[in-house]
Amino acid sequence: MSDLDALENQSIYILREAYSRLKPIAMLWSLGKDSNVMLWLARKAFLGHVPFPVVHVDTGKKFPEMYEFRDRFSKTWNLNLIVRDCPPVEEIDPSLPPAARSAARKTIGLKNVLEEFKFKGIIAGIRRDEQATRAKERVFSPRAESGAWNFRDQPPEFWDHFKSDLPEGAHIRIHPLLSWTELDIWRYIAREQIPIVDLYYARGGKRYRSLGDQDITSPIESNAASISEIIVELSQTKTSERAGRAMDHEREDAFERLRAQGYM
Amino acid sequence: MDGTAFALQSASNAAGVALTERFPFAIVGHVDHGKSSLIGRLLHDTNSLPEGKFAELKAASDKRGGQFEWSFLLDALQAERDQGITIDTTQIFFQTAKRRYVIIDAPGHKEFLKNAISGVAQAQAAILVIDAAEGVREQTRRHALILQLLGLRQIAVAVNKVDLIGFDQARFDAIAREITSYLAQLKLTPSAIVPVSARHGDNIVTPSDKMSWYQGSTVLAALDGFTSAPVATDQPLRLPIQDVFKFDERRLVVGRIESGSLRIGDRLEFAPSFKQAKIASIETWNAPTPLTAGAGQSVAITLDDELFIERGHVAVHSDRRPILGHRANLRIFWLDAQSLKVGDRLKLKVATAKYPIEIEQISAVIDVEKLQPTQASEIGRNAIAEITVRSRALMALDLAADMQRTGRGVLLRHGEIVGGALVLSAEASDVDKRLIGPDHLVTRDAREAVNGHRGAVLWLTGLSGSGKSTLAMGLERLLFQRGRQAFVLDGDLLRQGVTSDLGFSPKDRAENIRRSAEVAKLLADAGQVVIVSLISPYAQDRDRARGIIGERFHEIHIKADLATCESRDPKGLYKAARSGAIKNFTGIDAPYEAPERPELVIDTTGQPLERSLAALAAYAEPAIALQAVKDAWAI
Repeated sequence: MSDLDALENQSIYILREAYSRLKPIAMLWSLGKDSNVMLWLARKAFLGHVPFPVVHVDTGKKFPEMYEFRDRFSKTWNLNLIVRDCPPVEEIDPSLPPAARSAARKTIGLKNVLEEFKFKGIIAGIRRDEQATRAKERVFSPRAESGAWNFRDQPPEFWDHFKSDLPEGAHIRIHPLLSWTELDIWRYIAREQIPIVDLYYARGGKRYRSLGDQDITSPIESNAASISEIIVELSQTKTSERAGRAMDHEREDAFERLRAQGYM
Repeated sequence: MDGTAFALQSASNAAGVALTERFPFAIVGHVDHGKSSLIGRLLHDTNSLPEGKFAELKAASDKRGGQFEWSFLLDALQAERDQGITIDTTQIFFQTAKRRYVIIDAPGHKEFLKNAISGVAQAQAAILVIDAAEGVREQTRRHALILQLLGLRQIAVAVNKVDLIGFDQARFDAIAREITSYLAQLKLTPSAIVPVSARHGDNIVTPSDKMSWYQGSTVLAALDGFTSAPVATDQPLRLPIQDVFKFDERRLVVGRIESGSLRIGDRLEFAPSFKQAKIASIETWNAPTPLTAGAGQSVAITLDDELFIERGHVAVHSDRRPILGHRANLRIFWLDAQSLKVGDRLKLKVATAKYPIEIEQISAVIDVEKLQPTQASEIGRNAIAEITVRSRALMALDLAADMQRTGRGVLLRHGEIVGGALVLSAEASDVDKRLIGPDHLVTRDAREAVNGHRGAVLWLTGLSGSGKSTLAMGLERLLFQRGRQAFVLDGDLLRQGVTSDLGFSPKDRAENIRRSAEVAKLLADAGQVVIVSLISPYAQDRDRARGIIGERFHEIHIKADLATCESRDPKGLYKAARSGAIKNFTGIDAPYEAPERPELVIDTTGQPLERSLAALAAYAEPAIALQAVKDAWAI
């Protein structure tokens, strides 16, 4: 079995566990490459169906290409799409550094979605290799009613036995892509021919390696204009994937604080 | 497809990313012996750190006024950096010329053993780190023992901080002898014992020039020497069922093959039942349909016969069955703060099956220092022990020695993972297949499709006078009016017949609940929404009812304070109990154990009946909805 097959089979197992154990459940769709891979894996796990809603917590500041992509593929893939707006930045904790404060809008947006739909499970496409606090995550990660992540006392998780019992009001984040790397994602996109937003391809010497809000995401210098060129670029790079995400770099603990409060 | 052309093959070769093997290994050892530093050095010396990372770590170290801390690379959390310890397990990736590695860092502090296990269980090999100045310590031994319990067989030892002992060969040799002899008792042989200085980089990636007496491999060479676990396709087939899907006309039985392989046309048996059916097809999406599938694959199959199959069944070939029995000896590691005692009731979860078990005997607790079994009456947190358990349900078990993936499981208490278990031996029960009973020719699915809802047991528990019977009768009428098959099993009515020979002692109450649960189960099998109204004061008895009825059991606590119940006193029972005319009355001279994790709580104190009933109905409808309806409801 190839490494991509092993990752695919493991993610399918996780998705089926989540769907079997946690209801109602939904998947977050940020329109980026990772969540498209995750959606693709769901269609593999459920044989062409996506048997739960797909949620876009909309900051209103994504690139126009991303909105076009969303509207097109939610129809093509027959998704049950839920779109909810995030609250304005004025309502967010002013003690956070500016970009983190902007990103934290999504935390509150997600919290509102949880309150409205009472989801017990939220499937999110984070990966361990993205960021050091994400590397500490569990595949099934319980969250308190407030959405907070208690990273000091996570439940044991081994031999693919996941925590799926939870108190009233709490929910579990499920992370089917936790063991994937950025390069794995691209190799899988290439193998499966998964559609992605064009912004990932270089134009005029620049491309986006990671897609967030327009105002807090910067493109990188690159001439990689196709998936195969991106794969070549990534296997040689020494720059981290989220280097273009301002919110990660404002302060040493910026991302940890975001995540402890319920950010993805 | 979507306007983009792909040319993967040539590109990936040109980039040299043909390194598709990924090898996860753990770094373990006593707290402060330098695990994180070893990882930092390994990444740095293999040129694997992202740009700017070194500067970032330097800044974080300077901020805390200490010398440069490699450990900050993995100790990403503020609490970890401030206290200088690793709290939770983490993973990081790097590659050598040979293959890609996933490093699993496990905390060495005893308090965080559950986190260490969560990490190490994913590894195929381990590096055990020992501080040269401190030598072998308690967590060194405990981690080695855990490695062995988790089934790891490949291990190398790094004796760290040799610079602090002046690169002294005699001291190194003494540690090497001590750890070798300890590992030998666990039947583990280290592939290498390497003297290293993580801080200065000696013998990590490049051989050190400060220890001419050492001619062995570096840590990196030891890593490259580990081999990948072979895929277990030649073992007996074990396909634990995760779920049964009916999204379209296909009825898909899904799960991951843990060992062995299967082929279209194979006759499968669904242990621990003796039901059999043939594989009609192996279904896929966006991939060719295969004729066979093997270990590691998540599959979806269709069968030639509509058997009742549910999560927890294990598809096997009947000539290579697991052991079917009620009793087993387990080696466990216990992670919960609350000790485990004889008589405790838990669940044993093996793959997707959950068995209700009771601890019959604690045979031994293992002394980590001497590896000797010692007598004990309870098992404390982080202890390793051997126990005998008995299950009320027939279990399908494999032995850990033969079948790694299905010979192990976890122990659950109130839904929390509180321990890990290896099956050392299991006693086959003399199961008389004739008593298994015939299969209904009307399947549960068919029955539910006709009824338009699922059978279920809504178990209303609470004090006398809390409103159980009133709500039960109200819900029965409401559901009936909506076209549901609903029926109340009332405790008082049951006592006029099915349980008329029983009194109110704890033992009789237990039997009362057992019989009521069996009756409720049969009615639920017949498609009814059974609303049970029973005080059922003991948690243990209700857990037993849950064990009998399974996942269609819904524990609903009808809650009201004693004063409210007593003021209602619809049958004058409280008055009689207060005067001593009746004994063992729940709430007065017999206890009521409130459910710890009920599916629903309805507090009827000061709440109008209509609101309580509405809350109950709001819970009941999705709970009994068919899968397709349920999915729609989630929207």
